[in-house]
Amino acid sequence: MSADVELNNVSVTFGSFYAAKSVNVKINGGEFFSFLGPSGCGKTTLLRAISGFQDPSEGSVLIDNKDMSGIGPNKRPTSLIFQNLALFPLMSVSENIAFSLEVRGVSKGDRQKRADELLELIALEGQGEKKVHQLSGGQKQRVAIARALAVEPKVLLLDEPLSALDLKLRQRMRTELREIQKRVNITFIYITHDQGEALTMSDRIAVMNEGEIEQIGPCDEVYNNPLTPFVATFVGENNPLFGKVKETNQNKIKIETPDGDFVSTMNENKKLNIGDEAIAFVRPESLFIPRDGDSFDNLIDVDIESFEFEGNIKNFYATLKSGTKIKFSIPNAIDTSSISAGTKLQLGFESTKSSILPKAQLAID
Amino acid sequence: MGNYLFTQPFFKKNGKAVAIYFLVAIVFWFVFLVIIPQLYMLDLSFRSNVPPLARGGPQDYYTMEHYQHFVFGSKTSLDAFNFVDLGVFGRTILVSIMVTIANLLFCYPIAFYIAKIANPSTARLLIVSLIIPFWINELLRSFALRILFANEGVINNFLTGIGIIDQSILFITYDIGLYTGLVYAYILLMMFPLYNAIESLDINQIEAAKDLGSSSLRTHWRIVIPHAKPGIVSGCTMVFMLTVGALATPVVLSSPNTLWFPQLIYQWFNMNDNWSRGSAYSIILLIISVIFVLAMMRIFKVKIGEIIK
Repeated sequence: MSADVELNNVSVTFGSFYAAKSVNVKINGGEFFSFLGPSGCGKTTLLRAISGFQDPSEGSVLIDNKDMSGIGPNKRPTSLIFQNLALFPLMSVSENIAFSLEVRGVSKGDRQKRADELLELIALEGQGEKKVHQLSGGQKQRVAIARALAVEPKVLLLDEPLSALDLKLRQRMRTELREIQKRVNITFIYITHDQGEALTMSDRIAVMNEGEIEQIGPCDEVYNNPLTPFVATFVGENNPLFGKVKETNQNKIKIETPDGDFVSTMNENKKLNIGDEAIAFVRPESLFIPRDGDSFDNLIDVDIESFEFEGNIKNFYATLKSGTKIKFSIPNAIDTSSISAGTKLQLGFESTKSSILPKAQLAID
Repeated sequence: MGNYLFTQPFFKKNGKAVAIYFLVAIVFWFVFLVIIPQLYMLDLSFRSNVPPLARGGPQDYYTMEHYQHFVFGSKTSLDAFNFVDLGVFGRTILVSIMVTIANLLFCYPIAFYIAKIANPSTARLLIVSLIIPFWINELLRSFALRILFANEGVINNFLTGIGIIDQSILFITYDIGLYTGLVYAYILLMMFPLYNAIESLDINQIEAAKDLGSSSLRTHWRIVIPHAKPGIVSGCTMVFMLTVGALATPVVLSSPNTLWFPQLIYQWFNMNDNWSRGSAYSIILLIISVIFVLAMMRIFKVKIGEIIK
């Protein structure tokens, strides 16, 4: 059983500070939804508003179309997985998992049965008698998930639960979380500052900045068509090229910068007029070294400064005519041994792979 | 010998001067303040009561008479047992246990409030308010309570003044003043171990329990109290030991017809000039305190190391 979660105009204030400001979002039942943003952007506050630990100063939280105001965290159909997991150290693994059943007065035998089922779900059969501190980081993680699922919540809330794990384990847990979500088929709401986590697991993400949602959409849409310079630079990497709008028509927009004119395909929401200050964004992986016969909508002259080898790709750092620095990445499969510091090159990128947005704050500032 | 000593890791790590200072301080404390007085008292409790000049003479011999006196009373008594002293002893222990429990029940909510609910400035204010009264000597605090609880005291005057009662309540006669005084006397020794233990609990543990559907009461029972157990045991043992050995508060606040066990000990030492019997009674009190600590550790399944933390 999954449930819709709806935030209607939710604001949370601490004194005069807005931790969350007029947030509107509708999360569908069974969806894996992530709030993505830098620390202090208000995402944890929103999660606490959904779980019931924080009352919204304005607006309402609806779960399953029911207004949750005045309903405490112990009465909501949600389960929260804490950043530090908050497993109970003095209880065994089984007791931890069955705690929510214990407080509901379920008999000991039934509790044990349910705990065993959940231990099987998280591949920890037969380890119920262990104490929490005897488990590894990844196992603790899974126990926290099992404990949260034991109540059969309609919505599972996850507050950066992977941040304490090392890289390999984190990557494995991403897949595992996604699989668990498919199996139990309930709504997952995930909080993270790690865009890799958000993009790999989520059906949709909401990018947050300073208490407000900047963009909501499927991962590829947010990545390919960012609506604000903040989203463009926070989700993935992006090279900003500052300039002024030179031409617009129905489906193309042209910007004039000190390093040349660039065109981008126009999408809705961008209300730009000729003469407005704007930024053209192009991602490192969308910049190519043209080969014979290639033609690109945009061309740009660069001066290589340095490069680094990352394994699957090679990153190049270069300067433009105006002094602006940009980064581009070439797959390791392509031979780039002739390029080194001091090499002058012309790079190309497609108008469909570039976004031109009104000038505003960047995430990398 | 000296050379051998100074090459030990302890000396190398701390430097000669500091190491010697540490050693002297620790040895002095342990030998002169802990071992010798206790052994001397243990020895004295098994000796006949003779004036200092007769020590080592023919009248100075080892005997069980002081312990026998505690149980059976004086040889001239007609009673089979020393009902008076045993009664005082039993009552002292029983009341001390009640005082310890009352103290725990009283301190737990306050400690929890200060540690987990109050904002930092309120918490500081509350802690200071707890400490300030203890800048005043224990004896004076007892007298203050006596003034409050006296038959013509502040509380009685107030209650009669507003007409709730028309006759003074005999707080002192019924030892209500004494119980209150004893609970209050060592409240900090319950409060701070409890506060420290609760304070160290991750707030997420409480929220996690709540999120999993636990009521407030159950969260305390299953999460907070088990975590605070070492603090509870530590507070209870300290309060019990000090209460059972309290002298100033009972002297000032107990009713004329009740005695507290340390008052008996005091009488043997100072009024009856029988140090041996006083020592025997003190040893009995010590044994009871040790038994209480062991019982607490057994009941709450904590180790001595956890309590001392």
